[in-house]
Amino acid sequence: MKNIKFLIVGILFGIVLSKAEVISWYRIYEMFKFQSFHMYGVIGTAVVLGMVLVFFFKKGRIKTYLGDKITVEPKQKGFARNILGGSIFGLGWALAGACPGPMFILLGRGAMAIAIVIFGALLGAFFYHAVKSKLPH
Amino acid sequence: MDFILHPWPWYVAGTMIALVMFLLFYLGKTFGVSSNLETICAMGGAGRLVDFFKFDWKAKSWNLMFILGAIIGGFITYQWLTPDETVLLNPQTVQDLSDIGFQNAGAQYLPDEIFSSETMFSLKGFLILIVAGVLVGFGTRYAGGCTSGHAITGLSNMELPSLISVIGFFIGGLIMTWVLLPIIF
Repeated sequence: MKNIKFLIVGILFGIVLSKAEVISWYRIYEMFKFQSFHMYGVIGTAVVLGMVLVFFFKKGRIKTYLGDKITVEPKQKGFARNILGGSIFGLGWALAGACPGPMFILLGRGAMAIAIVIFGALLGAFFYHAVKSKLPH
Repeated sequence: MDFILHPWPWYVAGTMIALVMFLLFYLGKTFGVSSNLETICAMGGAGRLVDFFKFDWKAKSWNLMFILGAIIGGFITYQWLTPDETVLLNPQTVQDLSDIGFQNAGAQYLPDEIFSSETMFSLKGFLILIVAGVLVGFGTRYAGGCTSGHAITGLSNMELPSLISVIGFFIGGLIMTWVLLPIIF
């Protein structure tokens, strides 16, 4: 099973986000209320270290385990899709108190209500691709 | 061992998330959770209804393994690594939540007002959960990423689309938290 390594990285991801309470609805609420530094610290640290990593990827100093150059695929351009899509996601993020990663982690805690949120997210992703030709991008 | 059982501070979490991102790139992949939503739709046969989903989902099974791992990580932490589920909150946060009808804020990870089985089987509660999910699924795929793909990977790569998306995350999140939550609850 060559994919087992991704399972292990996923387990690490699940433990980290659980232990740092990033999966708590309250941590997302307080973030949007600007009443705690916690989430800003978590994301900010990851981004600053991520920038350092990407710098070394681009310089070719860090390669994949096979020795290939690491490239970060650029995101699709477009103002409307990012601002509108981002805002729609933001509404859901603040209501569910969970973005896609934490949704799955919460499922592992046996939070059954989150299964409904995940089902909704699948519907939403499906619906987007069904109507995307009519949306501004 | 004590350190593992206590909640982890932001700088540990941020560093470990960067490590997760590093490991995924080192393994020749990328860091982005929300694309799994499309992969699961494709796996479930959505290609019969919408052509987009006719892609070869097996090529993305590595990412499904990643979220399966995340589920297992959540289970492990819940079972063995979280003796106390209290979330220490700013007293102002507790007060603000109390004002809109949320009792015992921070007593556990998730508020009963949204996630208890009693709530999820009520019409209003069910609709809140499903609508929240639809907004997340629709919005992330419209924007082309979520917190992992845009806010962390995209900003690390200094991408303008990701910066615009993160601004969008906050527009939506602030509207929900400050305007809509007090109306809904």
